[in-house]
Amino acid sequence: MIDETASTTDDTQRDASIGYRDIIRALVRDPLVLVSVIFLTLLILSAIFAEIVAPMDPLIPNIFASRLPPLSYATGLDGTEQLHLLGTDALGRDMLSRLIFGARASLFVALVSVFVSGVLGTCLGVIAGYYGGWVETVVMRAVDAFMAVPSLLIALFVLFIIGGGLVNMILIFALVRWVVYARLARGITLSLRETQFVEAARAIGASNARIMLRHILPNMISPLLVLATLEIALLVLAEAGLSFLGFGLVPPEPSWGLMISRGREYMREAWWMITLPGLAIFLTTLSLNLIANWFRAVMDPVQRWRWLM
Amino acid sequence: MKINNAFFAFILKRLLNSVILLVIVMSLVFFANRQIGDPARMVLGNGASEEAVLNLRTQMGLEDPMSQQYGRFLYGLATGDLGKTFRFGLSDSVRAGNDANALSTLPIAMDRLPATLILAGATIIFSVLVALPLGLYAAARPRSPPDRAIGVLSLAGVSIVEYWFALVLVLVFAVQFAWFPTSGYGTVAHVVLPALALSLRPIGRITQIARSSLLDEMAKPYITAAKGRGIPMRRVAAVHALKNAAIPIVTTIGDETINVVTGVIIIETIFGWPGIGALTVDALSIRDIPLVEATVFLLVLMVLTINLLVDVAYAFLNPRLRIG
Repeated sequence: MIDETASTTDDTQRDASIGYRDIIRALVRDPLVLVSVIFLTLLILSAIFAEIVAPMDPLIPNIFASRLPPLSYATGLDGTEQLHLLGTDALGRDMLSRLIFGARASLFVALVSVFVSGVLGTCLGVIAGYYGGWVETVVMRAVDAFMAVPSLLIALFVLFIIGGGLVNMILIFALVRWVVYARLARGITLSLRETQFVEAARAIGASNARIMLRHILPNMISPLLVLATLEIALLVLAEAGLSFLGFGLVPPEPSWGLMISRGREYMREAWWMITLPGLAIFLTTLSLNLIANWFRAVMDPVQRWRWLM
Repeated sequence: MKINNAFFAFILKRLLNSVILLVIVMSLVFFANRQIGDPARMVLGNGASEEAVLNLRTQMGLEDPMSQQYGRFLYGLATGDLGKTFRFGLSDSVRAGNDANALSTLPIAMDRLPATLILAGATIIFSVLVALPLGLYAAARPRSPPDRAIGVLSLAGVSIVEYWFALVLVLVFAVQFAWFPTSGYGTVAHVVLPALALSLRPIGRITQIARSSLLDEMAKPYITAAKGRGIPMRRVAAVHALKNAAIPIVTTIGDETINVVTGVIIIETIFGWPGIGALTVDALSIRDIPLVEATVFLLVLMVLTINLLVDVAYAFLNPRLRIG
């Protein structure tokens, strides 16, 4: 036991020695991850500045430009010739613009849900692991219960009761996903609670809140970041699934899931209507998964040298 | 093989937990369903008179106190009677004079079970057959180009939207090449596309876990000791390491089976597969509450059963629980 404690402290110290410079160096060494980071950065920027980046309004239909394949020109409503780089949908709305605005909806739901569930789950997990006793029993019973029933099933049912929409989706995702953070945070807290630096902090009279916030929490940031990245990917997929079934975001909101569901009716004659939003989701989640995978390896002192060598 | 009491105590505890959880989930479903409007009005439509609605409410037992309704629900849950369907029940079947049993929601939902089990079973068997060799092959040569390629591919597998992949499969293999039917049920050819669509994610996850758990195991001291005794690598991996690496792999296969059981909700809808998933979506969209309760009941029951099976497998693989 004493040996284990010592090695944990040692790893933690080594962990702290990694700087931004090392991270950049490791990033350049892995081109696939570098491409993922660039792709996600561009995606997030264009989602934030969608009004400026998108060439057209994603909501205004144009019946003269219905179902145009990618790279076609059409006369817009203002009479000028417009290029539809990625084609148009059944109502003649520009696909590229809808994909950009769809990124905003999909990423917003995923990011806010991950933030809410992450903060909630981490707090509960740390408190449960630190205090133990009945607090831990209650939290972990709830975790077990949520873990036993698939999130998608709970989400589907609750959205059926309270109705779809942006806010409800975020609430549901927070409700069903906090458990994964709670489980992780509790596990790490349990092992950190017995370490010498926590004992030392207690000995000099640090309050429980201070020990949790300043000594325990900082030591779980990197596994939490990895988990949160994986969760963003998962929620982008979940949002698409629920919206597809009609229990998620509500039309005419441009969301990737809704675009696939709309495009399904025309998939035989207009392949781009389902292919492009699906590819957008795929590239986004793949990038997130690649980054999470890489980050986990870089943050692991045992594996790190392979990236820095 | 000697099995001790700890094994049975463990399984019994898990079984009890599952039953309690099932009752809690179904109770939540019961109370949630009472919040979405008057079932009698849903059945009769908006044009119905107040008197007719009140009549039907009395007939359906909705005028009784809530405690009595809940008691009846729990009794029904214990005896396998989850009520009569709204739509099929009070419109067509009753007028057609069908027997009352045809309206019970649980038998209606149970009829859909075999189709779902076939699809989920085919998916998991296919996934394990593909993923295990891939994961073990990658683990045998860590950080080699094939290992990296398998790593990226398995990440791609978990990154794809299942139903989108299903639609692309339909577009290519059913519409373009006409190798497989676009939808339906009955022959082996019908299973191929939905099972393929559902299997990407399990393949990706099982491959990753198989690789990493075997690698973890191979790094342990007892493996070094076995190698030191001159036992060939192949034998060390197959006999010693794989046995211990099996626990996380089996757990992952269980988790992925559960994911497939929820995945069928969307995939069955796309392929017109007459399983429990498609029925759930139908019941939700026509707001047939007793039918929703029956399908949710069966889905949760399936998930809890899989969890229990994983626990049994875990107890078997873990010598501390198996050997007295």
